[in-house]
Amino acid sequence: MKRIIVHEEYCIGCRLCEIYCLTQHSQSRKIIKAFKEETPRPLARLVVEEAGPLSFAMPCRHCEDAPCVEACLTGAMQRDERTGAVLCNEKRCVGCWTCIMVCPFGAILRNVTGRKVASKCDLCYGEEVPVCVAHCPNEALTYEE
Amino acid sequence: MSLSLLTAEFHVERDEIRCIACQVCVRQCANDVHVYDPDDDRVYSDETRCVGCHRCATLCPTRALTIRCTPQEFRANANWSPSIITSVFKQAETGGVLLTGMGCDQPYPIYFDHILLNAAQVTNPSIDPLREPMELRTFIGRKPEQVGVVQDRDNMRLETRLAPQLVLETPILFSAMSYGSISYNACLSLARAAKECGILYNTGEGGLHPTLYEYGPYTIAQVASGRFGVHRAYLETAAALEIKIGQGAKPGIGGHLPGEKVSEDVSRTRMIPQGTDALSPAPHHDIYSIEDLRQLIYALKEATNYTKPVGVKVAAVHHIAPIASGIARAGADYIAIDGLRGGTGAAPTVIRNNVGIPIEMAIAAVDERLRQEGIRNQVSLIAAGSIRSSADVVKAIALGADAVYIGTAALVAMGCHLCQKCYTGKCNWGIATQDPYLTKRLNPNIGARRLVNLLRAWSLEIKEMLGGMGINAIESLRGNRDHLRGVGLNEVELRVLGIKAAGES
Amino acid sequence: MRYVIIGNSAAAVGAIEAIRQYDPENPITVVADEPWHVYSRPLISYLLGGMIDESQMAYRPRDFYARHRVETMLGVQVVRVNPAEQTLTLAGGGTVSYDRLLIATGGRPFVPSVPGVSLKGVFTFIRWEDVRGLEQAIERYGARTALVVGGGLIGLKTAEALIARSLRVTIVELADRILSTTFDRTASKLAETLLRRAGVEIRLGLTVSEIIGREGRVDHAVLQDGERVECDLVVLAIGVRPNVDLIPPDSGIQINRGILVDQHMQTTVPNVYAAGDCAEAYDMLLGVNRPIAIWPNAYRQGYIAGCNMAGVLREYAGGFPMNSVEVHGVPTISVGITDPPDRDSYEVLERYDRERPIYKRLVLRDNRLVGVICIGDVDRAGIYTGLIRDRVDVTPFKDHLLTGKFGLISLPREYRKHLVVGEGIEV
Ligand SMILES: Cc1cc2nc3c(=O)[nH]c(=O)nc-3n(C[C@H](O)[C@H](O)[C@H](O)COP(=O)(O)OP(=O)(O)OC[C@H]3O[C@@H](n4cnc5c(N)ncnc54)[C@H](O)[C@@H]3O)c2cc1C
Ligand code: SF4
Ligand code: SF4
Repeated sequence: MKRIIVHEEYCIGCRLCEIYCLTQHSQSRKIIKAFKEETPRPLARLVVEEAGPLSFAMPCRHCEDAPCVEACLTGAMQRDERTGAVLCNEKRCVGCWTCIMVCPFGAILRNVTGRKVASKCDLCYGEEVPVCVAHCPNEALTYEE
Repeated sequence: MSLSLLTAEFHVERDEIRCIACQVCVRQCANDVHVYDPDDDRVYSDETRCVGCHRCATLCPTRALTIRCTPQEFRANANWSPSIITSVFKQAETGGVLLTGMGCDQPYPIYFDHILLNAAQVTNPSIDPLREPMELRTFIGRKPEQVGVVQDRDNMRLETRLAPQLVLETPILFSAMSYGSISYNACLSLARAAKECGILYNTGEGGLHPTLYEYGPYTIAQVASGRFGVHRAYLETAAALEIKIGQGAKPGIGGHLPGEKVSEDVSRTRMIPQGTDALSPAPHHDIYSIEDLRQLIYALKEATNYTKPVGVKVAAVHHIAPIASGIARAGADYIAIDGLRGGTGAAPTVIRNNVGIPIEMAIAAVDERLRQEGIRNQVSLIAAGSIRSSADVVKAIALGADAVYIGTAALVAMGCHLCQKCYTGKCNWGIATQDPYLTKRLNPNIGARRLVNLLRAWSLEIKEMLGGMGINAIESLRGNRDHLRGVGLNEVELRVLGIKAAGES
Repeated sequence: MRYVIIGNSAAAVGAIEAIRQYDPENPITVVADEPWHVYSRPLISYLLGGMIDESQMAYRPRDFYARHRVETMLGVQVVRVNPAEQTLTLAGGGTVSYDRLLIATGGRPFVPSVPGVSLKGVFTFIRWEDVRGLEQAIERYGARTALVVGGGLIGLKTAEALIARSLRVTIVELADRILSTTFDRTASKLAETLLRRAGVEIRLGLTVSEIIGREGRVDHAVLQDGERVECDLVVLAIGVRPNVDLIPPDSGIQINRGILVDQHMQTTVPNVYAAGDCAEAYDMLLGVNRPIAIWPNAYRQGYIAGCNMAGVLREYAGGFPMNSVEVHGVPTISVGITDPPDRDSYEVLERYDRERPIYKRLVLRDNRLVGVICIGDVDRAGIYTGLIRDRVDVTPFKDHLLTGKFGLISLPREYRKHLVVGEGIEV
């Protein structure tokens, strides 16, 4: 399965990954609309960490023995059989944050803009390459087997 | 502190309809031009600090930014141009020598742009490089007067002992850019690209970082007046050694790497204390004559057992022809000549803009002189100083060079936007900086890939041009000025260049 | 070869998914006394509170059994396990024989011997049918007030659900603070404040001494100190015991507090495995076997048991308690040893911002994280859990653990690389 690989030494902290992720997971999927017109503002599905010159983006690793899938109380967090991606079915999620408690990467975010649901990377379901990877200007994120 | 009279050089145009206040520009500008105001969720720009590097405009996800030259205009004056006026302002405010980076940007004639190439028609056939072999391989080093061959049974064997040679798969090398003036990632990109393309890069006077030793066979190691980072392993690792006498951007003066750029790693590589200014003296304190130069050349040859070519790099100055002749006679295997427009990491603006001669003139003069003296074979010539395209390469070689050095073109390939602020250490493109926030902006995987692409593209174009002229080896182009014609040049210029005017046959 | 699983919940699903990963063929039979398609037990409080409807209870899709080729016997109780014959005796007399058995019977609520517990309107709260009972009490009998006996997590969830149904709720807790096994004192007090803000009455250091009925239904309760608490219903939430009644003493299956298992989740009898709330598996923080009744462990243990049952040797690395609950809308997480017995061998780091409120408490032993409480800000708390699980020496970044910007970036580069790309060294 292809995974997003994080190369922290080349992350320049521009946060374009976050910006395009947010856009991809917005209603309109149009960057200007997503930022300026949609309320509540859509959420990005990854975290960019920064400390001094070091920075990196942390999308879900889609772990092999995914702790979040095992721990999920409702069965909302499941591995997609076709793509191998770990996906959160937001319709079934009740926002108990058990997955947040167990994800060792801190890759799951709380979406409390509407009904509380866990929000995470879905590898841009349906796209050839996740948008964070496609728009990272410095190849700090790559998509590899 | 009194009011500065300097106004912004650039104008930042922000399309507010497009700007989503994502702050990519804020995070990317090392000069702090853009500022986010959380109160009204907007980004504002203070263009007085803008250097016109386009980093923000290039990364802006909505293309909301346009950087223009300032619309602020001085009263027109053909004599007192805005740049002259602002230089006076700056000096009146600082009392200091004005510094700059990159090569001379003044509107002196660019002779490459006044030279046209020939092509074969009817009387001799052109060659299609896609169908027929086309040789770009170039050897740098002293060539023998004649070659003796012995035939034993079926085998031909070279009898003459050849001087050490550098092999280039295409007649281009990356010119000297030191670790310190440029970032580690830039050095690594150059080294990797040189290896992949079968050419060489040049350490400059900054020594060689331990992790770059593996690229030794693709490395020219410089020995400059500061002798930074020169030690036994350094000499032994490189494929060739180069004594740096001068540089086209600042002939006659030394180098100055400000202490801020002397990071821990740079200090170790240069073998100087961290944070101290790295000063290269103007002259080598042991070279005051051709004889002294000869001693250093032979000292280096001796130190490396006569296994490596030793070259000398000089700036193109008025007496370049006799100087080159002296260098050839002093035993150099190649001479690198750096013209007026050669790049730099830092130079006094006044020197950069006013000292030296264009490379086109220098190469033509030197090639001519060495031929007249019958010693052209003893030394290879490398032309440097703003080779911008494959056409420049072909013209330089036809004017008499064996190969060319590219510096600025390589940096531009890696992302340099020629903002000329290298000396500030705040290169937004991660090239001419040691700032850890900035150096990672150049991913060496990308840098090397772009350089390799550039060399590949130029090599293909060179083959096209050669084929068009009916030539199938770069060897046959060298000094072949009959393939060149001048346009818009006066007789003296044509004479010095050794070419005919367009229309003459 | 025939796999039989008693139970139809987290542990059972873990086992089914593991078995089918390695053995697509041999038959699997699930026997469970609850009649439902596999559902998510922790959701019963959400269902009661009206946050979800019954269609959202399913833990796996409708076609789960079919796709995993599982034969189900739902609504069928097992009354005895007979390891000597490798059979199960069912209520009503039938038998089922097995080659490999997984006991995943979960827990049974503890019911105290208090006068009045058998009145109508007294409930425990661990099964779907309890929700139906409570709903009936509220809707049919118009219950408006409730007494929740026990201030643990289930008591708390029950109280929140009942509040959501507009009942007036009193919690009575024997300890001097609620959530005393999951939280430390500060966290407990904070939770109490939040609950009170939600309108819950809390009585501490007490329990119920008698439930008084009228016409067979609960009318009010009397606490140990004599206080009379008006309540139309009582929920007993004072703990869950491993459900091991079906194991006869002479079966050879050894039971302490739960069914004893080794690292392969096998009981003391070959071919018989146990997992989930009924089992007593390894607690990696305390270094002993004990039941830890939480959903993630049940799934994991079931999964490990399933692998071993299918002949793929895998070891259970051990678990530790962890819970994530919201208290009156404020998220809280507690993991591991949060209230250490002695301060000599443990170090405690705390940050408490009363204004927001945000409370974070980290418990360390030998410079390794063993416990975490996060209240108010639970974002990325899993990084702490990961450090606990991987027993990472936090000395190099101890100072950063409680800073606002703590994240993977605070970890030593090599460890981070190991985590993120599987390169670098383990520390
Ligand atoms: C209200 C509530 C809230 C909870 N919230 C959380 C939470 O937020 N987080 C968390 O981690 N955990 C929570 N838990 C605990 C969690 O539900 C349990 O740890 C988990 O259900 C254990 O799963 P299990 O598979 O071991 O057994 P159980 O879920 O207890 O299932 C036992 C199964 O065995 C069957 N069974 C039992 N006896 C027999 C028999 N004799 N014959 C046939 N079948 C039998 C039952 O029908 C059932 O299918 C909560 C529990 C409750 C009650
Ligand atoms: S887009 Fe790439 S470089 Fe920019 S923050 Fe994301 S990972 Fe880093
Ligand atoms: S959310 Fe976390 S635990 Fe789940 S697969 Fe992604 S990285 Fe792994």
